[in-house]
Amino acid sequence: MTAPLLDIRNLCIQFTTENGVVNAVKGISFSMEAGETLAIVGESGSGKSVTGLALTRLLPEPPVIYSSGEIIFGGRDVLKMSPGELRAIRGNKIAYIFQEPSTSLNPVFTIRNQIAEAIRLHRPEVKDIDREVVKYLDLVGIVDAAKRMHDYPHQLSGGMQQRVMIAMALSCEPDLLVADEPTTALDVTIQAQIIDQLKELKARTKMSIILITHNFGIISGIADKVAVMFRGKIVEYGETATVLKNPQHAYTKALIECIPQLGVRRKRLATIDHAALELLDR
Amino acid sequence: MFSYLIRRILYAVPILLGVMVLTFFLFFVVQKPETMARNVLGKRATPQTIAEYLHKRGYDKPRFINREPGQPFYDSIFFTQLQKLATFDLGVSDVTGRDLKTVFKEGAIPSLLLTLPAFFVGFIMAVGLALYLVFVRETRLDAAGALVSIALMSVPPMIYIIFGQAVIALTFNYFPAFGFELSGLTTLKFLLLPVSLIVVMGLGSDVRLYRAIFLEEIGQDYVRTAQAKGVSSTRLLLVHVLKNGMIALITLVVAHLPLLVMGSLLIENFFGIPGLGNLLVSAIQTSDFATVRASVYLGSILYLIGLAATDVCYALVDPRIRLS
Repeated sequence: MTAPLLDIRNLCIQFTTENGVVNAVKGISFSMEAGETLAIVGESGSGKSVTGLALTRLLPEPPVIYSSGEIIFGGRDVLKMSPGELRAIRGNKIAYIFQEPSTSLNPVFTIRNQIAEAIRLHRPEVKDIDREVVKYLDLVGIVDAAKRMHDYPHQLSGGMQQRVMIAMALSCEPDLLVADEPTTALDVTIQAQIIDQLKELKARTKMSIILITHNFGIISGIADKVAVMFRGKIVEYGETATVLKNPQHAYTKALIECIPQLGVRRKRLATIDHAALELLDR
Repeated sequence: MFSYLIRRILYAVPILLGVMVLTFFLFFVVQKPETMARNVLGKRATPQTIAEYLHKRGYDKPRFINREPGQPFYDSIFFTQLQKLATFDLGVSDVTGRDLKTVFKEGAIPSLLLTLPAFFVGFIMAVGLALYLVFVRETRLDAAGALVSIALMSVPPMIYIIFGQAVIALTFNYFPAFGFELSGLTTLKFLLLPVSLIVVMGLGSDVRLYRAIFLEEIGQDYVRTAQAKGVSSTRLLLVHVLKNGMIALITLVVAHLPLLVMGSLLIENFFGIPGLGNLLVSAIQTSDFATVRASVYLGSILYLIGLAATDVCYALVDPRIRLS
């Protein structure tokens, strides 16, 4: 058996604040094979985004402290890398898509320039950058890419902006794509399009994907495995189908209960009794 | 863009009209022409010399509307002044009798020689230092930068001028302490000290302000996206943050650019530079109200030009803004 693409062991992340130290991630471990798709599901503040950003140390240090653990990516510990080595991984090996495409793109540069910047950084062998930009914009379904690439972000709709983000992430052919709540800021029909887009890309390339979301509803067709995070810990981990069908942890059960279903009459959505769950974890 | 500028010029007309009316009230209603004449001619002036002085300048006409039978109603101080300013006829000085257009043309050159270099050096230094402080943010160096900036801001301008003249110019004799000459390298010798003083006086507050603007940009989502692409911190600051921060900086800076012609009141007066700032101060001291009025009027025109230029620059830097 070959070494896993990503292996996280006992990762702890702390934030130093004026009111003392906050433990955001409390000793999580998981590993991913190349080509695998993992969904990290949890509510706001559960530590899922922090985990995603930690993979290339994108969190500002200070206030963030990686107090213990290892993030082994491609055989090397990310937490021990120099700034230069980190930059060589960012975008090149591990690429990101963020939640809010309208603010995540730089408003004063054309989308061509923003994608070209990534290509120039990591693929110096590419001569015809424009052709490469068009290729990736085509790939994510931007119509008339050769013309649209000279647009500024504000000239595109939210869904198009997110496609540009995906094109930018793909443009350096990363081994791992971290999609941090990629559909949260979009309306429902666009959400479905973006998830379909990710599914299609997953089928076409052999890229691994980490899909970070609070929405159990979107993961079923795309994620091979799911990790449920609650208060900085992974409380449940397993094959997606198994977890969805037969959740073990009370928190997972409550989250799945919350998925609204068309045609099903319900009086109230289940609330999550945090105090009871805290006790359960002791 | 063109139609926008035309509209902008049309908007300026009522504003300038307001400036004219306001200056008229200040100079001819609040302060009566007789009082002014007495100030200029001295205490021993006879009623006759005063009447002559006023008549020569047309200040003895009715103030607003001429009700004298047989004379046109607009033959009054108000309408004559209005007509003169509207046709850019600045008239002559109330004290020296010199043509004000020539006086202003002569004064603009020393003023610009002083304020233009001071502005550009100051702006580039402040932006550079602010970016550097953002680069080393939340370190001891950043704290030291804040301390020095606040110290620079806290010293009153007079102290800088006195220090410059007494210590650098007189004690060490590096520069002349006073005077001006418009001839090549000699000019440079006279300007170096006052220009440096203007730069130092403004540096502290500018660095603080620009640093705050850049710090706000560095917290934006697009910065994280660029980092996630693997962009280096230098490029992040000099390309991504600087271009976005410039949008905010332009509002602060461009509006004041045309006003540089008006010079610096304090520095010109202290260093004896015959610019427009000096002109205004001595005009106030000698009750030369024709000159003061012309200064106020020119200043407001220049400010309006600055505001229009700000909007144009906005559209050039920020693709989200279109002038229409």
